[in-house]
Amino acid sequence: MALMEVRNLVKRFPVRGGVLNRVIGHVHAVSDVSFDVHKGETLGVVGESGCGKSTLGKMLIRLIEPTSGTIRYEGKDITTLDHVELMPFRRTMQIIFQDPYSSLNPRLTVRSLLREAIAFHRIVPRAEMDEYITNLIRKVGLRADAADKFPHEFSGGQRQRIGIARALATRPEFIVADEPVSALDVSIQAQVLNLLMDLKDEFGLTLVFISHDLKVIQHFCDRVMVMYLGRAVEMMPCLDLDEQARHPYSKALLGANPIDDPSDRRPLTILQGDVPSPFNVPKGCPFTGRCPEVIDRCREEMPPAVSHSDGHLVACWVASEGVAECQRGA
Amino acid sequence: MIQRAASNAEPILTVRNLTTRFRTDLGLVTAVDDVSFDVAAGETLGIVGESGCGKTVTSKSIMRLLPEQVTRIDPKSRILFKGVNLATADEAAMRSIRGDKIAMIFQEPMTSLNPVFRVGWQIDEALKYHTTLNRAQRRARTIEMLRLVEIPNPERRVDEYPHQLSGGMRQRVMIAIALCCEPDILIADEPTTALDVTIQAQILNLMEGLKRKLNTAIVLITHNLGVVAQVCDRVIVMYAGRIIETGSVHDIFHRPQHPYTQALLESIPKRGRREHGKRLPTIPGIVPSLHDLPSHCRFADRCRYKQDKCIAAEPDLIETGDGRAYRCFYPLNQAPAAPTVGAR
Ligand SMILES: Nc1ncnc2c1ncn2[C@@H]1O[C@H](COP(=O)(O)OP(=O)(O)O)[C@@H](O)[C@H]1O
Ligand SMILES: Nc1ncnc2c1ncn2[C@@H]1O[C@H](COP(=O)(O)OP(=O)(O)O)[C@@H](O)[C@H]1O
Ligand SMILES: [Mg+2]
Ligand SMILES: [Mg+2]
Repeated sequence: MALMEVRNLVKRFPVRGGVLNRVIGHVHAVSDVSFDVHKGETLGVVGESGCGKSTLGKMLIRLIEPTSGTIRYEGKDITTLDHVELMPFRRTMQIIFQDPYSSLNPRLTVRSLLREAIAFHRIVPRAEMDEYITNLIRKVGLRADAADKFPHEFSGGQRQRIGIARALATRPEFIVADEPVSALDVSIQAQVLNLLMDLKDEFGLTLVFISHDLKVIQHFCDRVMVMYLGRAVEMMPCLDLDEQARHPYSKALLGANPIDDPSDRRPLTILQGDVPSPFNVPKGCPFTGRCPEVIDRCREEMPPAVSHSDGHLVACWVASEGVAECQRGA
Repeated sequence: MIQRAASNAEPILTVRNLTTRFRTDLGLVTAVDDVSFDVAAGETLGIVGESGCGKTVTSKSIMRLLPEQVTRIDPKSRILFKGVNLATADEAAMRSIRGDKIAMIFQEPMTSLNPVFRVGWQIDEALKYHTTLNRAQRRARTIEMLRLVEIPNPERRVDEYPHQLSGGMRQRVMIAIALCCEPDILIADEPTTALDVTIQAQILNLMEGLKRKLNTAIVLITHNLGVVAQVCDRVIVMYAGRIIETGSVHDIFHRPQHPYTQALLESIPKRGRREHGKRLPTIPGIVPSLHDLPSHCRFADRCRYKQDKCIAAEPDLIETGDGRAYRCFYPLNQAPAAPTVGAR
């Protein structure tokens, strides 16, 4: 069953300018994105910087208001809930950020940081608070005495563990992890990934795992959604990605990623041009400017997501040619 | 202790016993400790290791770009380039070498490009300093360089400011500046770390092409082992200021001798069915602080093969003659009878 159903989600940020500071245009951060998140899965979201991953992730847990579209959680439309109605979801849905340091209040000890959220959502009675915090800290692989230290006293990897502890403090079911290991060295990255895997199993979490690193996604996630310039261009089981990716952008991402084996050298796929700005998004498919397979139709019309096989959706005129015109799926 | 380039080519840069210390509030720290290596013409030498292990300090010591007031390069250190010891050279000598014979590009090109000057002006300055071209010739050469590094519309871009360019284009401008004087050595410190993977591929491709065309030696500093596997000929692995292993890229990836190198390679997430969703092998603990370095093996506290000897003394860097060296009492993958992991 889908734990979360996202339909036609859009986020446009107004851009102001000129002497009157009028709105002179919009950043199309997320454009018409639809997908489901299954209970207990880890859904990877991959794409280059600025493609809208963080904006999407924050919308899912209502840290950012969508411009339009709907998000259903366990069947309930949470898109329009007000502050009070949203309260139970604030407990159930959490986020882990890339840079744990900037997301942790430097003036609070780890204990106070955690206590805030635990008390606010009344997770445990006051008398059990200290024990709960100690267990939480141990759970994320820190020593119990970490509770009375400040964030700056920890290394990057340890801070990320604190960020994870804070997210777990409210006993959530659904966590958006936004580049949680991108700032970490590879040996520390492995520690944190393992921790996330363990916690996910132990608490039966559902994860949306955002990363620009395809290798991490391929190792860690069940399904992957590839984004380009605010659009979801392909969605499929992670294990099929290497062989089954159909969208030219997904293929380019795969081909541009160096392989960790000097005996397996091959020319990296070179995409021409730069990642375009989401300020003036072209009509039609957003990838036309860099796509090696572009045809005229791509410049005119945004291709719909077409189902290529079970659980494999591709939004590309060329890749979907000949594929039976299935319904536009989520 | 001499680490010869794998090829028989004469080294163009010879670093011996490089030791760089910093004065800090907590006392003197040794960020780079007794580092020796050679760079041969036309090769790509990778320097890898986790953050803080001394990669940038090594390269900035060579370029003498570290803050004078707090930096002490040990007098025993030798950095020999064309008969000059850069470790002791004066600023005038360094200025004629920097950017001309040895060029360097950094992770964040914005910090090395001057934001208030047009892109073309910055290349022009380099050309003015290092060539005898006249103004019109320099302008033509500047545009040619921008075209060489695949910047679209170079005639227009030449008059733009750095902030008008994307991160990838700025890095290409840095490469253009670095290469406009056809240096013997290009030191690239995390040149693609801040860039998206499709842009990284463009930059790596560009560096590779230029190396082939100009026979420039490249010292590529990175923590990205995939990049190393794809472009480097030889690799130096650093840990807490020390070289702990060197070898050909194939030896390092397929037959690592130091447990740290092995552990680092294992901790990379793997593509493919077999490893999918499995826990990754990790290295427990963290890199020791420079203020608190053990006098025994610096990796011992995190090493799964630690023995009594490892916490009694620090091993020397042992050279095995085939361009390889390791700093370990109990090296892995020893030829001919390679001990199995389980037997250790
Ligand atoms: N608060 C905001 N105001 C204006 N533009 C924004 C805001 N947040 C994000 N953006 C823009 O939206 C686009 C998508 O950003 P983001 O979601 O952070 O991408 P990603 O996480 O994939 O790097 C970018 O162009 C970014 O500059
Ligand atoms: N100016 C400085 N003063 C004191 N310590 C420094 C200075 N510059 C670098 N260091 C220290 O030297 C060590 C090596 O740093 P660096 O070479 O930048 O590492 P990396 O391998 O990540 O490039 C680090 O512990 C760093 O904190
Ligand atoms: Mg982001
Ligand atoms: Mg560095």
